[in-house]
Amino acid sequence: MAATDNPGAPNRPPGRPKASEERLDAIRKEASSTGKVVTGAGRINANVPIPGAEDYYNLPVLKPPTWTWEVPLYFFVGGIAGMSALIAFVGHLFHADPRMVRVALWIPLVGAGLCPALLISDLGRPLRFLNMLRVFKWRSAMSMGSWILSAFGGAAFLALATNELILYGVQSPFLPPLRWVGEFAGALTGLLLASYTGVLIGATAIPVWHENRLLLPGHFLTSGLGGSSAILELFGFLVPATQILGFAAAGIETLIGFILELRNGRVHAPLHHGKSGWTMRIAGSLEGPIALLVRILWHGSANGRYAAAACFLVGALCSRYAWIWAGRASALDPQALFQLQRKG
Amino acid sequence: MTDPVTNSEKYHTTYPAPYHVTKAAFLTDATICISCKACEVACKEWNEVPDDGMIWSGFSYDNTQALGASTWRHVMFLEQPAVAGPQQVDMENPFRWIFLSDVCKHCGNAGCLEACPTGAIVRTHVGSVLVQSDVCNGCGYCVVSCPFGVVDKRHPDGRAFKCTFCYDRQSAGMIPTCAKACPTQSIRFGELSELREVGDARVAEMQARGYGDAQVYDPLQTSVGGTHAMFVILGQPESYNLPPAPEVPTIYLESAWMSALVSALVLAAIVCAAFLL
Repeated sequence: MAATDNPGAPNRPPGRPKASEERLDAIRKEASSTGKVVTGAGRINANVPIPGAEDYYNLPVLKPPTWTWEVPLYFFVGGIAGMSALIAFVGHLFHADPRMVRVALWIPLVGAGLCPALLISDLGRPLRFLNMLRVFKWRSAMSMGSWILSAFGGAAFLALATNELILYGVQSPFLPPLRWVGEFAGALTGLLLASYTGVLIGATAIPVWHENRLLLPGHFLTSGLGGSSAILELFGFLVPATQILGFAAAGIETLIGFILELRNGRVHAPLHHGKSGWTMRIAGSLEGPIALLVRILWHGSANGRYAAAACFLVGALCSRYAWIWAGRASALDPQALFQLQRKG
Repeated sequence: MTDPVTNSEKYHTTYPAPYHVTKAAFLTDATICISCKACEVACKEWNEVPDDGMIWSGFSYDNTQALGASTWRHVMFLEQPAVAGPQQVDMENPFRWIFLSDVCKHCGNAGCLEACPTGAIVRTHVGSVLVQSDVCNGCGYCVVSCPFGVVDKRHPDGRAFKCTFCYDRQSAGMIPTCAKACPTQSIRFGELSELREVGDARVAEMQARGYGDAQVYDPLQTSVGGTHAMFVILGQPESYNLPPAPEVPTIYLESAWMSALVSALVLAAIVCAAFLL
């Protein structure tokens, strides 16, 4: 049966089967009432807005980071391990408690074992991990990081092994100078290890990362320093040095959190909104003002210091995840990229 | 033979075999593309690129949506409420439908190449940027370093993939398969310097014909330093998801490392102070 006349659609050519026309109308009606035509990445078919000159269906320009959970955890562990090596060297230099120096030398070695494991398991082809040391590229922060991590591992092992041998009473004129070499190299590569991760994500095409590239290395270094000091506190070394480092790290993180909060513009939106924004805020509060406040209020009590240390560690860990998520959100926002590039 | 587009003897578009270039380039022209997607299909077939998902997007006829690990040519469909050049019909509701085949830009200064820590990404003898699949270990740093969002990690393979500029075909004196398959010569292949001239000539011609917003997209002014894949477009780059001022991310390295150095010195001083006090 053919519909030859349909007053609702004057332009419709005659001769189409009425049943299929009715079916089409039903589909259109359903579409406009439920708003569901396309599943997946599509947009509502009814009243499709014609894109202007501003974007391409609001599809992302950039690709979001493919890194999985291992990479932010590596940022956290690497920062702590690196700054712990610095604490060990400086502590040894200024005659700190040898037991604390010993723990501060163990943390880098555990970190130097964990970090490559985390990084290798994130690789798309883990068995090719040695390709990381195939070339030495100044202009690739990832390549520099691979070499820094390798050097750090060697230095951490040298420092710890010589220290342990000396503690076990091995008499050798070579051991003390070797220990100094290991500790110094560990401190140096440790500083690089804890800071290069900020450079690594700061020198990418992701707007929220490269617009914060001046802040990121200091942010990650401070988190690493506060984190390693917090671990030493949790091991029971409630000495003035760890208290001062705890105060300093929480103070600097408070300042950094404040600066991040003041950042405005669409590029910085992932720092304030959505999953990344809220994680960033909560994590920043934990390692900044909350850790600082707990430390001020209960500065005399051991439990207060443990609580402040735990707050800082949790905050530092979550903030790494927040930065990766912020990068993901930033890559998916084409307007932020366009505004930034049109302004600049 | 006279070129059908530029009416010039110089820019003939036959490719005598073997056809070798010293600096390879694409010029992809949105004013000629008929959106047949032959380039997408030819690329998939020649390079044996796997399926990239079957999604009805609802974005005009663009169900491909973006370049990616398994999409090396991507035909865009722009529906714009704008006058198409000297259009004379329905001026109250102007409308134009534009198509453009997007591809890896093979940047003069390539972010992916600079970022690659394994040396898997190299510059070839024709100036293109190539990911060597037998070296790539899938670290993912090139993905966040591409200012055009081209290269991506392929799942579950784990390695990064992008357009190879048909390096195998070029090495054998053949032109890239997408340019070979293009039925309208919207995708042109040739010497970089010559195609720059063809692009300028094409834009001048389109503007003379009343397409006032025709332009060449070739970011020569930014740190990317021009691309080996240029585009003749109508309107703004943003509407083609092309970044208006792409930068190679290595320009951020110096300030970031300086900041790291200063922060490291400050924190080392703080640690010294903590043990001295």
